[in-house]
Amino acid sequence: MEKPVVLAVRDLRTEFGPAAHPLVAVDGVSFEVREGEILGLVGESGSGKSITLRSILGIVQPRGRVFGQILWKGRDLAALDETRLRAVRGREIAMIFQEPMSSLNPLLTVGLQIEENLLAHTDLDARARKARAVELLDMVGIPAARSRLGDYPHEFSGGMRQRVMIAIALASNPRLLLADEPTTALDVTIQDQILRLIQSLAEELGMAMILVTHDMAVVAETCDRVAVMYGGRLCETGETAAVIGDARHPYTLGLLRSIPRDVPPRTPLYSIPGAPPALSAMPAGCAFTARCPVAGSDCRDARPPLAALSGGRHVACHRLPEAAAFFSAREAAR
Amino acid sequence: MSLAPLLSIRDLSMRFTKPRSLADAVARRPRKVVSALNGVELDVMPGETLGIVGESGCGKSTLARCIAGLNRPTAGDILFEGESVVGLKGARRRAYNRRVQMMFQDPYTSLNPRMTVRDALEEAITVHGMRSGAAVGRRVEELLDLVRLPEGAADKYPHEFSGGQRQRIGIARALALEPTCLVADELVSALDVSVQAQVVNLLMELQDTLGLTVLFVAHDLRLVRHVSHRVAVIYLGAIVEIGPSGPLFANPVHPYSRALLAAAPSLDPAKRRRKPAIAGELPSPLDVPPGCPFHLRCPHAGEICRREKPALRPAGAGLAACHFAEALPGA
Amino acid sequence: MSAVTLPAARPSRLKAFLARAFAKPAFVTGFAILVLSLALALFPGVLAPYDPLAFDLDAIQQGPSLAHLFGTDNFGRDMLSRVIWAYSVDMQMAFFATVFALLIGVTTGAIVGYYGGIADMIFGRCVDAIITFPFLVLVIAIVAVLGPGLVNMYVAITAVNWVYYARLTRAEIMAQKANDYAAAGRVLGYSDTRIIFRHLLPNAISPVIVYWMTDMALAILLGSSLGYLGLGAQPPAAEWGVLIAEGRNFLMTAWWMSLTPGIAIVVTGLGFSLLGDALADLLRPKGR
Repeated sequence: MEKPVVLAVRDLRTEFGPAAHPLVAVDGVSFEVREGEILGLVGESGSGKSITLRSILGIVQPRGRVFGQILWKGRDLAALDETRLRAVRGREIAMIFQEPMSSLNPLLTVGLQIEENLLAHTDLDARARKARAVELLDMVGIPAARSRLGDYPHEFSGGMRQRVMIAIALASNPRLLLADEPTTALDVTIQDQILRLIQSLAEELGMAMILVTHDMAVVAETCDRVAVMYGGRLCETGETAAVIGDARHPYTLGLLRSIPRDVPPRTPLYSIPGAPPALSAMPAGCAFTARCPVAGSDCRDARPPLAALSGGRHVACHRLPEAAAFFSAREAAR
Repeated sequence: MSLAPLLSIRDLSMRFTKPRSLADAVARRPRKVVSALNGVELDVMPGETLGIVGESGCGKSTLARCIAGLNRPTAGDILFEGESVVGLKGARRRAYNRRVQMMFQDPYTSLNPRMTVRDALEEAITVHGMRSGAAVGRRVEELLDLVRLPEGAADKYPHEFSGGQRQRIGIARALALEPTCLVADELVSALDVSVQAQVVNLLMELQDTLGLTVLFVAHDLRLVRHVSHRVAVIYLGAIVEIGPSGPLFANPVHPYSRALLAAAPSLDPAKRRRKPAIAGELPSPLDVPPGCPFHLRCPHAGEICRREKPALRPAGAGLAACHFAEALPGA
Repeated sequence: MSAVTLPAARPSRLKAFLARAFAKPAFVTGFAILVLSLALALFPGVLAPYDPLAFDLDAIQQGPSLAHLFGTDNFGRDMLSRVIWAYSVDMQMAFFATVFALLIGVTTGAIVGYYGGIADMIFGRCVDAIITFPFLVLVIAIVAVLGPGLVNMYVAITAVNWVYYARLTRAEIMAQKANDYAAAGRVLGYSDTRIIFRHLLPNAISPVIVYWMTDMALAILLGSSLGYLGLGAQPPAAEWGVLIAEGRNFLMTAWWMSLTPGIAIVVTGLGFSLLGDALADLLRPKGR
């Protein structure tokens, strides 16, 4: 049975700069997040994944213009004014960031920062807030939580700071957690701890989550569904196992094959030629045209729609059969 | 291998003394000492790629910088072709660095922003007298061709290139001296995934055609496994396990290597875990625990681990520094 | 322009820089003021309408008029001509009072910034010793020992002023030194001199150049102040500070005697400041 949709994003478009020649960072992105689901939004730098996330909460800097619909419990967040948006932001929808040091106030104790959030979003009294703060720190796996309430952010390690950030985000019992590369700055064993924590919290609290990352393997281990972004557009979405096991878009295919996996050591890896396009030089058609091994002139001129395949998957590509043939021929050549 | 090692690292230690704050001086607290390396033993064979993996703060970059001559170790020795190269000065140091070059992690700060690619390459070529006269210009073209930079790249400035292209310039600059050994410190970790493969392929190809020895320092286990012949796992400034890449990744012996490999995210959604591979965090290098550096996080730690630091000894297909190397399940 | 000796990429880069520069009103204004000031400084004989030292006892302390745009002084000398002749002295002061401080300061700062250690500690104490004294007091004390005059004034200002250039350069070099290209230079076997002066300094120098521009304006003010006090340029040489000092007894009756050289100081100072601000903007590195 499918769970109800909590967030639906329709034709999201975020642009910067002069209205006459805008730089379009997010271009016609649509997706849904269901209750208790972890959606992975994956892409490389400049793909628009972080800006998509920030657009949902209306915190796009420097002053981006957001178009389209962001439907949250039947309300369109894109149409709300700042005051009403603030009631949703941090309460129903919380966010955690890549760099936990710069998102915590270095001059306030961790306890105060959690209680501050509780004060803003709950009606607990001072005693109850303190108890809840201890409970939250305990929940995110900080040892001796009570004794650490009075510590300052710099007294925590990177991984512990990220746990504190998660505790602050959870203070308001959000229904949706937006996580922007929460483990990129962390070491692999700490990343593993944080991802497992996020995963189990989402499950226990029935909280939905969007996890932005550049690492396909993080998605494979953590997310129920994945949306692959390139050049500000979605190129492929679907169940994680299906997308990773049987990718269809030439970008997803190339990305997965450029990661060494089941290949003889020291053989050349598949490499996607060139570099991601600049926002100012997006082609009219498919954003991946210039780096695509099977692109034709139609790809350059006409933008492929995100078309439905079987099994709830969507792919935006004019040349699916050619892409499949190209990559299976390469596999066969090995 | 019966060959003599190209580089031998003997009991290498590196400590940084932190400046003492006034309050500490008044209270007569001792200076804080960061132990970045604690007795590293390592042989690098000619022509091989030795991968060096570990988490941030484990000392892998410090080791790379010591080998390149950027940091002077506090104890121990580095032998290059049998001769000590610690603390070299002047012409001897120049001669050593002609043979051993380094490539850096950050493509944005490792090139001088005010020099064109041609300036940077010509400087490297002429300072070492690798070519003279018109041959210098020809060599620049050759180098750019070698790292597959587009024609016309020579007269551009670093900011006109993408991250991947800048790393190629860094490689070309190192190759200008026709070195024997390259130290690659996180060469691709600042690059987008889709670009990493380009640079890694280039490195492997250059190594094969030019017969280079490469020290590949990185935290990305998949990449290290792919490019390295042998791999050394570092924890808190000491090698805990070293051995041929295939067996080490397939059957790691040391509990830390096992945890590290298990924690690395896998592309196989069937391998999902609910529990983290290992609890706890890396102890501070300001306060390295006595005994085995890993005993605080180790699920198999016994009494002896708290007292005695284990030495590297044969285990599995390579060497491991663990008191229980033979007794561990699956070893 | 001859492009024979330059590689092809350079002139276009210079052109692009100039195009950006001349699109900035601040740069254009500052540049125009300084070109004019320089012209006046170099060719006062051509541009001044009268002999600045010629007495005209028929025209003593006349207000501004068509014949004497800036009026005349108490000896009937044409104030416009005197202000113009003063340009060569004051522009010279702007340059010579700062350029040696710039050279000494940048070299010292670059070296102590690169090596750190004991040299840096000694440098730090020197800086402390010099900057504890108010700038003007220290300069006056040195001039008092050496005796008044332009050259001694340059020596005195340089002796104090180099510290400011050195401090700025040191900080910039230390910031640049942390970049990997400095480490790369060492691994490539480059000498320290090459790393400092060919790699680090060109990347560290922009703020120093910007400071130099403002400092030249300050040097004019300082030189004028010393001239006013009788410690810098000596009468009857025309120098703005000296001119203002000469006019101070006649402020009530002949205000133009002090006001017109004052305006020259303000305008020239403004020129340097505008140019400095514009350069600060222009020299900021692009991208990352």
